[in-house]
Amino acid sequence: MAYPQAAQPQPVSPPSVKVILTSAELARVVDRIAHQILEKTQGAAGTVLLGVPTRGAPLARRLAARINAFEGIAVPVGVLDITLYRDDLRRHAVRAIGPTQVPPEGIDGKRVILVDDVLFSGRTVRAALDALSDLGRPSSVQLAVLVDRGHRELPIRADYVGKNIPTALAESVKVTLAETDGTDEVKLIGGAA
Amino acid sequence: MLKHLLSGADLDAATATLILDTAAEMATVAGREVKKLPALRGRTVVNLFYEDSTRTRISFEAAAKRLSADVINFSAKGSSVSKGESLKDTALTLQAMGADAVVIRHPASGAPHRLANWVEGSVLNAGDGTHEHPTQALLDAYTMRARLGRIAGLSVAVVGDVLHSRVARSNVLLLATLGAKVTLVGPPTLIPVDIGAALAPGTEVSYDLDAVLPTSDVVMMLRVQRERMADSYFPSAREYARRYGLDGPRMARLPDHAIVMHPGPMNRGMEIAPEVADSPRSTIVEQVANGVSVRMAVLYLLLGGMH
Repeated sequence: MAYPQAAQPQPVSPPSVKVILTSAELARVVDRIAHQILEKTQGAAGTVLLGVPTRGAPLARRLAARINAFEGIAVPVGVLDITLYRDDLRRHAVRAIGPTQVPPEGIDGKRVILVDDVLFSGRTVRAALDALSDLGRPSSVQLAVLVDRGHRELPIRADYVGKNIPTALAESVKVTLAETDGTDEVKLIGGAA
Repeated sequence: MLKHLLSGADLDAATATLILDTAAEMATVAGREVKKLPALRGRTVVNLFYEDSTRTRISFEAAAKRLSADVINFSAKGSSVSKGESLKDTALTLQAMGADAVVIRHPASGAPHRLANWVEGSVLNAGDGTHEHPTQALLDAYTMRARLGRIAGLSVAVVGDVLHSRVARSNVLLLATLGAKVTLVGPPTLIPVDIGAALAPGTEVSYDLDAVLPTSDVVMMLRVQRERMADSYFPSAREYARRYGLDGPRMARLPDHAIVMHPGPMNRGMEIAPEVADSPRSTIVEQVANGVSVRMAVLYLLLGGMH
């Protein structure tokens, strides 16, 4: 008599990974946003770029470098840490705060362009707007993101979008940058293969 | 992260460094238009002070308010304590009022440790008897790092009334964790036997201030705590000042980069001469400003996240 066959472990398929932007494509997208900023702000006068950590900070520096390369304009760049303004502080273990660096020119009366890697729920941007209002009073605030993946939970939209990626909630968008991760790439991970 | 901050020994090097780094970011808030952060909105911090204090209480109050916490100040004078209410009953009352953190100063060593067993929130020791004062040690370490760029490898002389000093005990513990070399200096009557070894191995003791000064990066003068002195520990104030007070000529023996610290309040002319207290080497006013930043960091790290 044969023993009943033991259930064979089903091979767990690794989450699908799809490259959305390669290094060269990412560079082109940054170039395009830099051009769009120059166009929409009439030469980036009175403009300050503020990157939201972690990956918004190097992105803001790259945008400033490209604007400088195209038009020879030095746009002030800073970093805006939003940790203390998050609405989910109490839902997680305590988070270490990062540096906030406002350019010496300040932000009063300036056009501030917030820079982040992925626009998702919009809560990070909401926190950034609160943080900004404690630092000064910009004449206007705009938002530049590398990727807009949808699923907004707040009435927030971006002024400059590198790439719109329709996603499912179960998927995640992973941006890596040379400055923080060693390579430039945007990947879509998980969801239906 | 910790739940309570009761002792300098609660902190390992990584946690202490995280607090100092966080404090450095908190310090930037002081220069802003809106000196307020929303991180502790809706949290309640009780300042429970059984002993007189100016800077520590105000510092904790300013720190909690800058983080948007609600602050309730309680001083034993004029409260039910004068009617005989015990620490435990007072603590339970505060608990019932929904305190998320209790900052306690108490004349009895160990009172904060007892309190930590009775309340659900965080307990921060703001000085207990002659035992510990951990946030003072943190702000001293912050001040050293800000002035001298590092803590590891520094030679720190802690001078004066070590016997009664909670500041000295917390500093010895924290500075040893952060890699500084501490020498306790004072008259033999005011330095408990073996205190250095008992707190942190490697701590030295000297009874000769002039011999220690030329090799010190930091001189921390302690207040002579006459209110805790039932006996005479030295013949006269003048003799104490002559042998262990830091005056101009003594300050000149220090290396050029060395700084002079004092936790306050000072007895000018006793342990520290006015010319020293007001000199550019003195960090006394900075220490007060740094105290707010360091206490903001501690409050945020204890209360900011989920428990």
